[in-house]
Amino acid sequence: MGKRRVLVVGNGMVGHHFLETLVNAQTDCQITVIGEEPRPAYDRVHLSDFFAGRSPEDLAIGSRQMYQEWGLDAHFGDPVKKIERDARRVITGGGRVFDYDTLVLATGSYPFVPPVPGADHRRCLTYRTIDDLGNIKAKAKGSKVGVVVGGGLLGLECANALRNLGLETHVVEFAPGLMGVQLDDGGSSMLRRKIEDLGVHVHTGMNTKSISAGEACALKMEFADGSALETDMIVFSAGIRPQDALARDAELAVGERGGIVVDYKCKTTDSSIFAIGECALFGGRIYGLVAPGYRMAEVVAAQLAGEDALFQGADMSTKLKLLGVDVGSIGDAHGRGDGALSYVYSDGRQASYKKLVTTADGKRLLGAVLVGDCSDYDTLLQYFLNEIALPADPQTLILPTTGDKPVLGVAALPSTATICSCHNVTKGDIVGCIDAGCVSLGAVKGETRAGTGCGGCAAMLKNLLEDELVARGVAVDKSICEHFPHTRQGLYHLAMLEDIRSFDELLQKHGRGRGCEICKPAVASIMASLWNDHILDQRHLALQDTNDNYLANMQKDGTYSVVPRVAGGEITPAKLIAIGAVADKYNLYTKITGGQRIDLFGATLNQLPSIWQELVDAGFETGHAYGKALRTVKSCVGSTWCRYGVQDSVGMAIALENRYKGLRAPHKIKSGVSGCTRECAEAQSKDFGVIATENGWNLYVGGNGGMKPRHADLFAADLDDETLVRYIDRFLMFYVRTADRLQRTSVWLDNLEGGIDYLRAVVIDDSLGIAAELEEQMAHIVNTYACEWQTTLADTEKLKRFRHFVNSDKPDSGVVFIQEREQIRPARPEERLRLVAVAD
Amino acid sequence: MTALEQCAWEAVCERNDLVQGAGVCVLLGRDQVALFYLPGEDRSIYALGNRDPIGEANVLSRGIVGDIGGQLVVASPLYKQHFSLETGICLEDPGIRIPVYAVRLEGDSVLLGCP
Ligand code: SRM
Ligand SMILES: Cc1cc2nc3c(=O)[nH]c(=O)nc-3n(C[C@H](O)[C@H](O)[C@H](O)COP(=O)(O)OP(=O)(O)OC[C@H]3O[C@@H](n4cnc5c(N)ncnc54)[C@H](O)[C@@H]3O)c2cc1C
Ligand code: SF4
Ligand code: FES
Repeated sequence: MGKRRVLVVGNGMVGHHFLETLVNAQTDCQITVIGEEPRPAYDRVHLSDFFAGRSPEDLAIGSRQMYQEWGLDAHFGDPVKKIERDARRVITGGGRVFDYDTLVLATGSYPFVPPVPGADHRRCLTYRTIDDLGNIKAKAKGSKVGVVVGGGLLGLECANALRNLGLETHVVEFAPGLMGVQLDDGGSSMLRRKIEDLGVHVHTGMNTKSISAGEACALKMEFADGSALETDMIVFSAGIRPQDALARDAELAVGERGGIVVDYKCKTTDSSIFAIGECALFGGRIYGLVAPGYRMAEVVAAQLAGEDALFQGADMSTKLKLLGVDVGSIGDAHGRGDGALSYVYSDGRQASYKKLVTTADGKRLLGAVLVGDCSDYDTLLQYFLNEIALPADPQTLILPTTGDKPVLGVAALPSTATICSCHNVTKGDIVGCIDAGCVSLGAVKGETRAGTGCGGCAAMLKNLLEDELVARGVAVDKSICEHFPHTRQGLYHLAMLEDIRSFDELLQKHGRGRGCEICKPAVASIMASLWNDHILDQRHLALQDTNDNYLANMQKDGTYSVVPRVAGGEITPAKLIAIGAVADKYNLYTKITGGQRIDLFGATLNQLPSIWQELVDAGFETGHAYGKALRTVKSCVGSTWCRYGVQDSVGMAIALENRYKGLRAPHKIKSGVSGCTRECAEAQSKDFGVIATENGWNLYVGGNGGMKPRHADLFAADLDDETLVRYIDRFLMFYVRTADRLQRTSVWLDNLEGGIDYLRAVVIDDSLGIAAELEEQMAHIVNTYACEWQTTLADTEKLKRFRHFVNSDKPDSGVVFIQEREQIRPARPEERLRLVAVAD
Repeated sequence: MTALEQCAWEAVCERNDLVQGAGVCVLLGRDQVALFYLPGEDRSIYALGNRDPIGEANVLSRGIVGDIGGQLVVASPLYKQHFSLETGICLEDPGIRIPVYAVRLEGDSVLLGCP
């Protein structure tokens, strides 16, 4: 039997979440995804951030590369046009045919445009996709006035966008109030007042009759009551309609007002077709929020993985900031339930409105509305979701604090309480992950994904974490390991202030036990940053990670790689030949690295010294590929050869690499220098990157490739050579002093209180008064540099350790190579058994 | 008689072949044995099989030694699992156990017994 072919139509937020969940479930399904939009999934919820400067790349949540790595077959820009259920295949607009065993429809919804004459004018737009945003931005350029049709959640968000684009903004709503779905009348009028205070014109109860050419503006809207409004552009945001055309044509059941009918398993009326997200109609309703869509995605993925899972509806409570106004709606905001009681608090001066809806006996919360002040939202939501008994006087929950407001602390929540609804993370999940050793917000987020969706649960998450840590008697423990009750920064300062020069001394004064593989290398790195002794000095030797210990990187079979420094990636033919000759002589596997140099693999411990002797003789130095140290400064050819280059980027890259080589740091450091803004050296993905300008150099900091890429931030512009080096000196030393163990500059910068502005103050304005000290320390490191391999080769005592057996010259019988593409590679376990058996 | 006493002791190297606070590897017949030299501990030398059964390579002598909750361990240089120097048991997966050898010093000679 072949693998089950799963075909996903639609690559929106829910479609993406489905792919991710299914891939993580490690089924052996063969997955194909077809998306109509030209780009992989992005964060639609934060679409409006585009106007606040986020780029489409920032919004992306899926990427072609990611899907490739997940082993998916992904196609974009060619929508599915037809489902042939009998043949179990779909056909795209471009005529391509895809077969399936299981079909998952995740086609989302489209904006509803009321059938008003003239609504197809080219200045009438919608607000749903990244392409829509581009259109809105383009049209807004020549416009003075903009109208949003629709005063719901999305309409108001769109109004904010138009306002930020500098337009005179109007909201035209058919219903008598704003956000009628979520808010009651009181909340709605408070919201209206607040929005009008911001200068947005609100017109409610308006029925648009026609749109035609205007006089003062491009367009004129005429309303049923005879009034008119001129505007340069109109954005329709009058609700969404499920994208169910495919299902309709294929004669699957759809709802009266649209939506593909699904059951508890998210199955449609054809048992090999599922529908999830905003296109699905469950229990007579469309869930227009991401969280319920994610739940549906998980339900289907679980079934494909052979598990039972049911979708049981979802909570539609929301908390938003609309035009800077906090709005929250929980459960039944209208108090429609039988005998429900309402409590309302309205403060005209503070412009805040709060309402509670409870059961007739006042014991349970049924719903709530908050406008202007959402500080009670988290507490109320938990009362609602977990059916926690209300205090005797429920109104105390919304009355202004008089000192003894009953606050529902996170401690009072049951462990089933949902903390993050985007990712369905309960209090129990988070507590479990803290039990398993996560003690930082970042770790908890990484482990559970809580807080990485809409961000609405961030405050509660933080409280929960701190609460739990305090309950465990850990005053937010940041100790590096069980041997030192200090952070890396703390140890650094202790060593510096007390002039401590060895691990043993530090352990004796400030630690306990004997140390471990965490604190030993960390202290070794601190010692190196501070004093720059040779890392194989007797007192540091046993501390080093094995890579540092043998000045080479251990590979999977226990052999090592050899990486000579090739500063800036510039190398003479003679040196290339020398490397080739060494590799040839010792039969090493050679590969060009991602860092513009050459890596030689497969050297045994015994061979390392002689290989390095030959390399040193040919003029090479160690490349520190094994150390938490400066790796490479990548360069592009720059003004020397390139017709666009404006500065000598190669020269600068070599100078920087030679200056900082050997600098030990909390983690490795990489850099790049580009000769012009085309950025061929990818400097913006480096810990510090330099880009040439007509007037000098722009300095970027905090970039990272690797596991979690981060674009570097522009730190300072148009620097001359000398200032550039001075800033980098200070920047690096400040990082070395204050970062955590194994924290790259990107994460360090993200966690630095005050961020890049603070960093600028320290480095450029010397706000801490330590600039001279940082420079001095860097000067010491630069002046005491020595190639570690060269010193090692000169010391027979140190060389003694480069033997596999201290009592024999035999090689390690576990190292077995196989020939592939004319070079060696480690034998796989089964190959090794075979080869060794033959040799015996 | 116990199994230990049946084994012959074999001199494998000298004290100054050892590295304080770290490991070296010796060949005993066809076996690779990692020797950790920790002056000041109960037994100043600990001997374990050199093969890391998880990373499947002969590398344990090149791991960092230390303690976890007071228990002496070596951390594999490949994937950092800890093996007890006393028992050879893997702390992360107690089902895995590597051989432990009897070891003693005679003058400056290091002698190994059977696993
Ligand atoms: C050899 C090389 C791959 C290649 O064949 O091209 C390589 C190989 C290794 N990389 Fe890398 N990385 C290599 C370029 C990169 C790059 C690209 C670059 O530098 O331009 C990156 C992304 C850029 C970055 O770091 O921001 C990269 C991101 C990583 C990471 C993830 C770091 C992060 O912050 O997310 C690790 C893991 C770590 O350091 O914890 C890693 C770790 C490793 C280790 C050390 C894994 C290990 O412990 O065995 C590999 C050692 C190989 C060896 O024995 O030499 N390597 N690695 C490249 C050597 C470059 C050089 O000349 O020094
Ligand atoms: C501006 C804005 C703000 C929002 N704010 C929030 C919020 O704060 N909180 C919240 O919970 N929700 C919010 N939402 C709603 C949220 O974005 C949706 O609930 C969510 O995107 C639904 O995901 P989906 O995958 O079902 O649909 P979509 O994200 O719409 O994705 C469906 C995809 O399928 C594609 N497709 C359709 N037909 C085909 C076809 N025939 N072939 C191939 N592909 C096809 C579409 O092009 C689309 O890319 C907001 C929405 C918008 C527009
Ligand atoms: S990406 Fe880097 S760490 Fe991963 S396998 Fe390749 S070289 Fe090794
Ligand atoms: S609730 Fe959205 S991120 Fe947690």
